Amino acid sequence: MSEPLLSIRNMSKIFGGLVAVDDVSLDVRRGEVVGLLGDNGAGKSTLIKCVSGVYQAEEGEIFFDGAPVAFASPMDARRVGIETIYQDLALANNLDVGANIFLGREMKKRHLGGLVQTLDDKLMLKESRQTLDSLQIRFPTLTDPIENLSGGQRQAVAIARAVYWEAKLMIMDEPTNNLGVPEQHKVLELIRTLKDRGVPVILITHILPDAFAVTDRVVVMHRGRKVAEKVTARTNAEELVQYMVGAREDAAA
Amino acid sequence: MTERASRLAPSHAAAPPGALTPAQRVTLFLSRIWAWVFLGVMVLFFVVAVPLTTGGSVNFLTVRNSQNILVAIIPVLLLGLGQTFVIIAAGIDLSVGWVMSLASVLSALALRGAFNSGVPLFPSVLVGLAAGVGGAALVGFVNGVIIAKLKVPAFIVTLGTSFIVRGVAYLMSENTTVIGLPADIRAYGNDALIYHIGGEGGGLYFLHRPEVGGELLRRMDIILPYPVIVTGFVVAWAMFLLHRTQFGRHTYAIGGSMDAAVRSGIPVDRHIIELYMLSAATSGVAGFLSTLRYTAGSAVIGDPLLLSSIAAVIIGGVSMFGGAGTVIGTVIGALIIAVLTTGLVMLNVDAFWQFIVVGTVVIVAVLIDQSRDLIMARAGGRVRR
Repeated sequence: MSEPLLSIRNMSKIFGGLVAVDDVSLDVRRGEVVGLLGDNGAGKSTLIKCVSGVYQAEEGEIFFDGAPVAFASPMDARRVGIETIYQDLALANNLDVGANIFLGREMKKRHLGGLVQTLDDKLMLKESRQTLDSLQIRFPTLTDPIENLSGGQRQAVAIARAVYWEAKLMIMDEPTNNLGVPEQHKVLELIRTLKDRGVPVILITHILPDAFAVTDRVVVMHRGRKVAEKVTARTNAEELVQYMVGAREDAAA
Repeated sequence: MTERASRLAPSHAAAPPGALTPAQRVTLFLSRIWAWVFLGVMVLFFVVAVPLTTGGSVNFLTVRNSQNILVAIIPVLLLGLGQTFVIIAAGIDLSVGWVMSLASVLSALALRGAFNSGVPLFPSVLVGLAAGVGGAALVGFVNGVIIAKLKVPAFIVTLGTSFIVRGVAYLMSENTTVIGLPADIRAYGNDALIYHIGGEGGGLYFLHRPEVGGELLRRMDIILPYPVIVTGFVVAWAMFLLHRTQFGRHTYAIGGSMDAAVRSGIPVDRHIIELYMLSAATSGVAGFLSTLRYTAGSAVIGDPLLLSSIAAVIIGGVSMFGGAGTVIGTVIGALIIAVLTTGLVMLNVDAFWQFIVVGTVVIVAVLIDQSRDLIMARAGGRVRR
């Protein structure tokens, strides 16, 4: 097995008296989809927010690409290539696909020796189209505000944005929530596409069929602790549910 | 809809094709262009009604009247331009009226001071401009810092500063009016690019007011006064800034989703400060132009204009929730108010009726916007199913 791209070592996060994440270690390798499972309040979102720079953990270390890292803000995490797609997607619904993919990093045309700079919407549209094509994402039009797109399509925009900016690791928080069935399949397909491109994905979910559909490995959390780590092909739904509800626990996990 | 159009009007883009019934399509189309249609119908109405009620002695559609309307919209439009940016970014600036007053006083004091200490006229005027716009921008900076850094709601902050600015403007002016300005600045505030005297003994004159009197003076049309030209440049600049630059894009993004803007790495705090400085600066230009126009600084000049300027912005289709709107919309909004006011006066209707009509139009404008959102939401729901 190759070096892990992301390695979380003995991480703990405490809110007041509550230990939200309790001594959790986790590795993610290149081209791997890891499912992070657990019931509501199991600590999966908190763990992920510590990795994406939203929270700062009290204890533990993060290694990314072999080097120790510490993120003071989400921007720090993005800078090294960790892109997190939350359920709310953080898209500007009033802007079009291209504007969203390039939001905050717009391409500009220089005029009068750089004195005047205008948006290069044509180039941004072209680049957006290429990225979407490479992910086999099809939209009827790219120049309408994305508020007219479906939930799954917006999810795809967020993924395309991360891909365009060369995310090295993608973290997705319950991406199939609030989507219709065909849309869920599309999102899962996109996760497989990312894996094929060598981009590892951490998929946070409590939906077991999703986990079985795309993950290589699953990590189960319960009350802040990691209670199991399984190769997806060598476990089953019944076993995972037992871990998720706390009826079973691996001491070595 | 073309690429360009959708960029210029983010809220007005088409729904996915095929998702709408023909009736919805027509409604949607009308909701997008209603302000233009309304303006056109209103002009048409006055063109017919004004000669009818005056027995043909007065016409609405004359060069003179068109120029009067252009001059009349200047302050409302300038206040509305900055406000357009602020409201698109989901903010509000209630201080624009009093900031305009302060700028008028400041530019009058600075201009007079410079001129009296021996500075030639034109540089003195520039000193007045710098003082007016600079002073205004300083107020905008304070607004922006308190809103962006201290997280006080914009409504409260700008309400507070408008009172403060009002006090400062009164205190700095001499009994509300700054007089004793060089008489020659009248030309800057009132002269025009073109003068046209129709009929016998008339002709075309450029840049300077011809020395005529009596009958010829009565027949003279003043075309494109300098303040109108200045305002035109500010409008063009605002369109460029909002629709073609990164600054504009970020303004829409902040209004569309503050969260998305922050997480995209947009320097949101700095941008908000710049927005309130921009809003104050366009109000400052309005104050400066009024000083030139009346050859005096006035601490009360901007007071009645705040609500009209917000009305123009809303009629122009800027969403009070942020994220949508255009510069040209605000121009149309300001034009609608000015045409309405001028037309009603020419019809000899009591001038107070204008308030009732403008108020109605504002509410109707928002209703039309909401009906559009409703249709889009329904269409969206259908597509998703």
